[in-house]
Amino acid sequence: MNSTVFAPWDDPQAKPLIQFRNVSKRFGAFTAIDNLSLDIYEREFFALLGPSGCGKTTMMRMLAGFETPTEGHILLSGQDIDPIPPNKRAVNMMFQSYALFPHLSIWENIAFGLRRDRMPKAELEARVEEMLRLTRLEQFARRKPHQISGGQRQRVALARSLAKAPKLLLLDEPLGALDKKLRQDTQFELMDIQEKTGTTFVIVTHDQEEAMTVASRVAVMDQGKLMQVATPDRIYETPNSVYVADFIGDVNIIEGRATAQGDESYRIDWAEGQPPLTASSPTSLSNGQGCHLAIRPEKVTISAERPAEAINAIQGKVHDIAYLGNLSTYHVELANGTIIKAQTANTRRISRRSFTWEDPVWLSWTATAAVLLEN
Amino acid sequence: MNRLSWFNAVSLTLGFAFLYIPMVILIIFSFNESKLVTVWAGFSTKWYGELVQNEAFLDAAWVTLRVAVFSSTLATILGTAAAYVLVRGGRFFGRTLFSGMIYAPLVMPEVITGLSLLLLFIGIGLDRGILTIVLAHTTFSMCFVSVVVSSRLVTFDQSLEEAALDLGCSPAQAFRLVTLPIIAPAVISGWLLAFTLSLDDLVIASFTSGPSATTLPIKIFSAVRLGVSPEINALSTLMIAVVTVGVITASLVTKRAMMRQRQEEMAAARTE
Repeated sequence: MNSTVFAPWDDPQAKPLIQFRNVSKRFGAFTAIDNLSLDIYEREFFALLGPSGCGKTTMMRMLAGFETPTEGHILLSGQDIDPIPPNKRAVNMMFQSYALFPHLSIWENIAFGLRRDRMPKAELEARVEEMLRLTRLEQFARRKPHQISGGQRQRVALARSLAKAPKLLLLDEPLGALDKKLRQDTQFELMDIQEKTGTTFVIVTHDQEEAMTVASRVAVMDQGKLMQVATPDRIYETPNSVYVADFIGDVNIIEGRATAQGDESYRIDWAEGQPPLTASSPTSLSNGQGCHLAIRPEKVTISAERPAEAINAIQGKVHDIAYLGNLSTYHVELANGTIIKAQTANTRRISRRSFTWEDPVWLSWTATAAVLLEN
Repeated sequence: MNRLSWFNAVSLTLGFAFLYIPMVILIIFSFNESKLVTVWAGFSTKWYGELVQNEAFLDAAWVTLRVAVFSSTLATILGTAAAYVLVRGGRFFGRTLFSGMIYAPLVMPEVITGLSLLLLFIGIGLDRGILTIVLAHTTFSMCFVSVVVSSRLVTFDQSLEEAALDLGCSPAQAFRLVTLPIIAPAVISGWLLAFTLSLDDLVIASFTSGPSATTLPIKIFSAVRLGVSPEINALSTLMIAVVTVGVITASLVTKRAMMRQRQEEMAAARTE
């Protein structure tokens, strides 16, 4: 592993490549982007993640120059790029539909941007060949876009947008059209190419797994606002809101009231007739404040007997079992009807499964397993 | 393929007969030996021979051809530009009015179009001749071109143009290097349509032509008033041939482009 971790966002000296400064974008009465500020650093693989209509595509189109902010400014290397048209920006985009030119060969598609720069012939040919090698498309150079497969087309689109060596490459749902297996392979290919070329990538996706896999940092968006910007592990382990916790992965959300009981430790009363839960949190909550407890199913242990030194333990019965092959998710119904999900790895054969439908079980987790979120 | 039912076969025959028997009769009689149009006296191509020597007809044919080429070219340029603005221009002031006015000539009676053009030309003191016919034909055929081209532009993936801009094209370059090559089949069939419309036209040309320039349809119309001659039949047959070739080519160009597109889509679907 590298001795120094790549984390320019923690370095106060680092100069961001892209800065969104209080950017708003309105289409008529609809606000697509709402007073948003964000820094993206050089060589980052930055993912904009959110449901459709959250404004992620608008952010990308503003970076490419197809839309201009209604308010605020976007800076690229410290320069305000709002008045610069798309064809004069050192930014290239890979379109969701790939937008390959159907009347040109693969070779000509990749050369298209270079020709616009009037690059000398020898240099241009060398660059196109280099791009073909990078994306492993050498033997398809003379074909037309409709004569190659979807995965190959995706690579042509990538090669074409990388050919001009942009400061910033934008990828709009780049793998959306590929099937799952090919998508996973291509994700690693993308990361590889990003590392080789050292280009800053900004990817737009609604697929949280994809964002978590490829990105150095993920921005979770909702309704034109950034909900959280952090590394994938932080987004997953320490979401800052119920929205982020719920959007990324599977989660149990328990609503209750917090009471302080010592240093960073809280007692949460959450339902009549259920024992209170204990959770630790660095954020301070006042006594009796409403809160949410977010617990990932894989952090909940399921057992037949009450574990002796468990801090949080509740009893229920197995309501449903989702068998996923490598994992099983148990839906456990508590006495008050609440369903809590617990996930275990299937390390043993399924016939040896310890629990089945209607079995009484205990669920337990540690004080640090859950994330305590303010209302 | 389903076999035609008895009812369908009869309807089809009647329909085609209704449409084409007059023309078939005209073509047959153009090969008539006799000078009397309605009496068959054996096969001959002599009227075609006489036609070739008829200076007045040849002049008119030459005028018609030039008018058709110039007006259809002009109409294609204007019609394509109008279609592009209508489909791509987004919402601009007066857009609805503009689109309505582009398509109005489609339903406007030709007599009115012809008359108003005549008044305009007299008003600005333009001598009637080839130029005025070209202008008049451009006026009414550009809306046909814009209908054909805009229906293609509607299905055109706009991200292709955005990709061209993104890769460093100016908007004009993007149109010339990406949009135009892709919509070319629609533009060509628009041109052919305008060309055939111009060849056919009698009403508007009769308002806007002058003594110096007469088109073939006008020549035929005035000749027929003195009595139908087999020579006219021969000329009409030739015109039918030219128009047929024009229309068939236009539809073939469109169809081939559509088939190729479908094949490309199918090929794409197979490999994914």
